[in-house]
Amino acid sequence: MPRDGKSGPPPEQVRRLLSGYLPLLLAVVVMMAPLIWMLISSIKTRPEIFTVPLQWLPEQPYTGNYAEVVERYPFGRFFLNSVIVTVVGAGVKVLLAMFTAYALVFIRFPAKKLVFILIIVALMVPPQVVIVPNYTLIADLGWQNTYLGIIVPGLGTAFGTFLLRQQFLTLPSAIVDAATLDGAGHWRKLWRVVAPISAPTIATVALVTIVSEWNEYLWPLIIVDRPEMMTLPVALTLMQNADGTNNWGVLMAGTAMVVLPVLIVFTLLQRHIVAGLTQGATTG
Amino acid sequence: MALRDNQREAPPPAGPARPGSATEEERREEMRRGRRRSRRREALIFLAFTIPNLALIGLFTYRPLFSNVYYSLLQWNMGSPTARFVGLDNYVNWFSDPHSWNYLRITVIFTVATVGGTIAIGLLVATVLNQKLHGRGFARAVVFAPYVLSGVAVGLVWMFMFDPQFGVIAPLIRAVGASPPNWYNSPGWALVMVIIVYIWKHLGYAAVVYLAGLQIIPRDLLEAAAIDGASKWRTFRSITLPLLSPMTFFLLVTVTLSSMSMQSFELIHSMTRGGPVDGTTTLMYQIYREGFVTGRAGYSATVATILFFILLGVTLLQMRFLERKVHYS
Repeated sequence: MPRDGKSGPPPEQVRRLLSGYLPLLLAVVVMMAPLIWMLISSIKTRPEIFTVPLQWLPEQPYTGNYAEVVERYPFGRFFLNSVIVTVVGAGVKVLLAMFTAYALVFIRFPAKKLVFILIIVALMVPPQVVIVPNYTLIADLGWQNTYLGIIVPGLGTAFGTFLLRQQFLTLPSAIVDAATLDGAGHWRKLWRVVAPISAPTIATVALVTIVSEWNEYLWPLIIVDRPEMMTLPVALTLMQNADGTNNWGVLMAGTAMVVLPVLIVFTLLQRHIVAGLTQGATTG
Repeated sequence: MALRDNQREAPPPAGPARPGSATEEERREEMRRGRRRSRRREALIFLAFTIPNLALIGLFTYRPLFSNVYYSLLQWNMGSPTARFVGLDNYVNWFSDPHSWNYLRITVIFTVATVGGTIAIGLLVATVLNQKLHGRGFARAVVFAPYVLSGVAVGLVWMFMFDPQFGVIAPLIRAVGASPPNWYNSPGWALVMVIIVYIWKHLGYAAVVYLAGLQIIPRDLLEAAAIDGASKWRTFRSITLPLLSPMTFFLLVTVTLSSMSMQSFELIHSMTRGGPVDGTTTLMYQIYREGFVTGRAGYSATVATILFFILLGVTLLQMRFLERKVHYS
């Protein structure tokens, strides 16, 4: 309600607009623009893309770029490879992390702290540093261009172990002790007591692991050179090498097909993914 | 022993020894043996639970860490069955090659700019997102989303945006009256380009970490400052920023690790392949190129060892000098 004819909206509202909504809008636009540009470009025809000055929007949506990706490349196979690598890799990693974290918290062992330190230090080793020796090992085993070769070297999990250990440490010991008195062994305590109470954290660790396996790039790039064994990110490099910068429409369609599944999963589960990826920040 | 923290056994119940019972000693001996047996059993279960993971970490993280040092002493080409032991020659070559100092310089610029930019802009965005505004939940999701996307995909999309002829950035720059730089062909601008994309992809991570920190700042502290008449900037500098220092410290360590290794590889590889004229070749990218493009595996291992020690040094320095200044509330 304007209080008199001359004054506009009250200054508090102006301030909220200028220092609140304007920066918020700016952030959203800057973060979304590249993805929108990708989607728009993927439905433009070739002449529309190569128009100077820039033509912002397509005359009408064009699906040819997507059709070309699927026709020229074994895209279904890329997708399947990514799904296999992600499901197996993330599945095994989460199991290993659960076992290790459980043992570190609930089983007596003399050198437990040392084991934990070894795991933490492994977190700090950059992948590039271990890549040449790991490549020669996998090549000696003849595992190039195989799922084993892509998956196995990444299976050991320091990160998941660390996060789950932090969570298990917070469990009230009374619950676990009660199970011990009932005569439950460690196997049963893990599956019947610890895992169910920690289900939300385990799910979070699983999500984070799935996202990072899906995006994994350097290792599969090195260990795979046959197209039928490529995962989606590596396949993007294949398309980039084949088309270079002269076929942006097809490249953007391929990129969209790699990015959209993750974006959809992220939209549905973003609270949990964010929680998992930043967990070390507040609990570490 | 320092390593056994909470597992020390309680002393055996020292009940008054019944006089004249020779069996008491035997009973205690029996209990001790039983405890030893159960302790051994526990240890075996511990190993059964942890060995698969530990073996994998050992085989694919610790073993290569050491074989890498050995490889760095060889003159050896990828895939070749023969290797010649050359001692420290590779190191001498690396340190006497002027290119190395350029890669080191690029690594330092890239790391300082991406870590600083990600953390500073992340903090700025976090303070915007921390206000009670409609749609801030949506905005948070949008800001964080790039962090979960494939680096290659992100690199390709931005490469198209930076395209000097058909991209979307050049007309925007022209619209404000400037002339767009030659991102594709100038080594300096190519580096700026990759830095921008790195920050875009990672600032959501920093923002979310800072948001978590902002939410645990006690409200009455800020209100008290407001009552005392402190300006917003003053409150931010004297209260908010110090209370956020644990997050800043955490981000410094993690973003430095990510920027000097994996996360930037995908961007550099998909955008510039280390070029033009080596303008975006960081040490991390040099490891890949020597190992898997020119095939000098021994030399690649040398660079990897050097990078490892640099990273180790930087991380230890950060921990030593910064952790003391961090306030934990």
